[in-house]
Amino acid sequence: MEKKFMKGNEALAEAAVRAGVRFFAGYPITPQNEVPEYLSRRLPEVGGVFIQGESEIASINMVYGAASTGVRAMTSSSGPGLSLKCEGISYLAAAQLPALIVDVSRGGPGLGSIQPAQSDYLQVTKALGHGGHRLMVFAPSTLQEIVDLTYNAFDYAERDRNPVCLLMDGVLGAMMEQVELPPMKEPDPKAQSSWTMGRWEGEEKRQSHLISPIYEAGLEGLNKSFAERTKRWEKEDVQVEELYLDDAEYVVTAYGIAARVVKSVVEDLRKEGVKIGVIRPITLFPFPKESFNKLDYSKVKGIIDIEMTIPAQMGEDVEAAVKGRAPVYTYGHSGGVLLDDYDVKQAIKKIIAGGKEEE
Amino acid sequence: MSTLYERPKSILPTASSYCPGCLHATATKIIAEAIDELKVREKAVYVLPVGCSTQGLVSWDLDIIGSAHGRAPAVATGIKRCRPDCLVFCYQGDGDLASIGLAEILSCANRGENITVIFANNSIFGMTGGQMAPTTLLGQKATTAVQGRQLLGTGYPLRMCELIKELDAPRLVTRCTLRTPAGIKQAKAAIIKGFKNQLENKGFSFIELLTNCPTTWHCDPVTSLEFMEKQTEKYFECKTFVDKEERFGE
Repeated sequence: MEKKFMKGNEALAEAAVRAGVRFFAGYPITPQNEVPEYLSRRLPEVGGVFIQGESEIASINMVYGAASTGVRAMTSSSGPGLSLKCEGISYLAAAQLPALIVDVSRGGPGLGSIQPAQSDYLQVTKALGHGGHRLMVFAPSTLQEIVDLTYNAFDYAERDRNPVCLLMDGVLGAMMEQVELPPMKEPDPKAQSSWTMGRWEGEEKRQSHLISPIYEAGLEGLNKSFAERTKRWEKEDVQVEELYLDDAEYVVTAYGIAARVVKSVVEDLRKEGVKIGVIRPITLFPFPKESFNKLDYSKVKGIIDIEMTIPAQMGEDVEAAVKGRAPVYTYGHSGGVLLDDYDVKQAIKKIIAGGKEEE
Repeated sequence: MSTLYERPKSILPTASSYCPGCLHATATKIIAEAIDELKVREKAVYVLPVGCSTQGLVSWDLDIIGSAHGRAPAVATGIKRCRPDCLVFCYQGDGDLASIGLAEILSCANRGENITVIFANNSIFGMTGGQMAPTTLLGQKATTAVQGRQLLGTGYPLRMCELIKELDAPRLVTRCTLRTPAGIKQAKAAIIKGFKNQLENKGFSFIELLTNCPTTWHCDPVTSLEFMEKQTEKYFECKTFVDKEERFGE
């Protein structure tokens, strides 16, 4: 495989091209600008289409149109822009169209801060738009994982005929690492021709196709099928990294860039003899509940949730998974303030010593 | 015996769900006839908006995609860029196109997207029960302007053709009325021209159709036509604003 030293946003964009993405529409917003910049050059080289939309709203609706033709289509944004895209994401879900939605998150709420943060967890896992639909949400913590998860995103999106979300943050988008790039996929939109818009030259006579975000009689049935799909995701599609859980008295949980800091701190603490483990969700939805469920709560004295946002957001899912069997502590910084490994270590030690930061 | 008149092939043999006297039905018929005459049903993709015309989801026999309110030109852009061989067109009402969808229609027209937009202007939000639209005439009553539209606070009715004609990219910008048989003939010719422009890769075409809404105008169909003649067509001049022969970008 080809190895390259790349910036996170560009690695994401190149992985998308190699995953067969041939349509991108987006609107400038920091800290994801290298994604559209890279794709504006790269997509025409492979016969793809790049459009800088007049707004995030227009962009997501261009993606909606492109996705309806069977072409692999994506957009990327950051918090404020993602909020504007939510209308279109809800329509994608209702119309059952596959697409990739990338959020390189920054500090919120409001215009917040252009600095990295993990402030969009609740938005992407609970409600990317109105109506109660869900997306699978992937959270890479290395550039290689950005590449791999992006490369495979359409396996899920096309399987489920549902958009998929990749949640990164400004650190991952801006940092550089070596990545292995997978080979180019060339998916044929004609393979999707049983449901897509537009007959193909030479296609056999067929009934007209309808792609609709509006349902009158069928809505309840549709939502039931979505609910069943969510259950299947929880059984079959959870991805999680677990470390040192066998003897753990304390379990730290974190995702994305925060998890990288946490993992190095945990390695340090274990060298000091602290019995501490890690649960790192890779799929934020479906959330790895089982990892928390199977812990031996006769040993575990506390769960420590660490995020780059205040108040903790994933912490709510952790609480729900732990079901009161151990105290859940939270620690973090808000938008723009990176987690410092020394501070994280001190915070964990303080929690272990006193357990006073329970929420 | 020879067939002189028949149902267009692009329309399913179901009853129209539009209200009695509504000219949306006339618009539907002439669009369908235009598609039949150009023999493009097999390559057509119809982008439906939000409004009364959403009912087209169950009456048209074409590949159809429903879009979010106002976003049809963006959706059509995504489709056309991926499938340039298809005939992609939008049919939008005045709430959809001239209010919530202003940015999408102007940007799409300005990019010179090779699509066709048909704009049905009846000066009201029909589907939601008769609220004021950007195209509601001064003094015209609406459920959100019970005294009639006032200049102060709501401004002037928005003339979309006059806005779009100022852009350099559009190839066809024209307004027709569906009030009279002559107007319907002109409208059909304009739609055919708009489709042909797209088939010949010329670029963006915009055809505005003046229509009525007897239900929310609270009058019978004949009175609604009189209102169109005396009021609507006085403010919205029916004419061709732009008709360029050369392809956009050449």
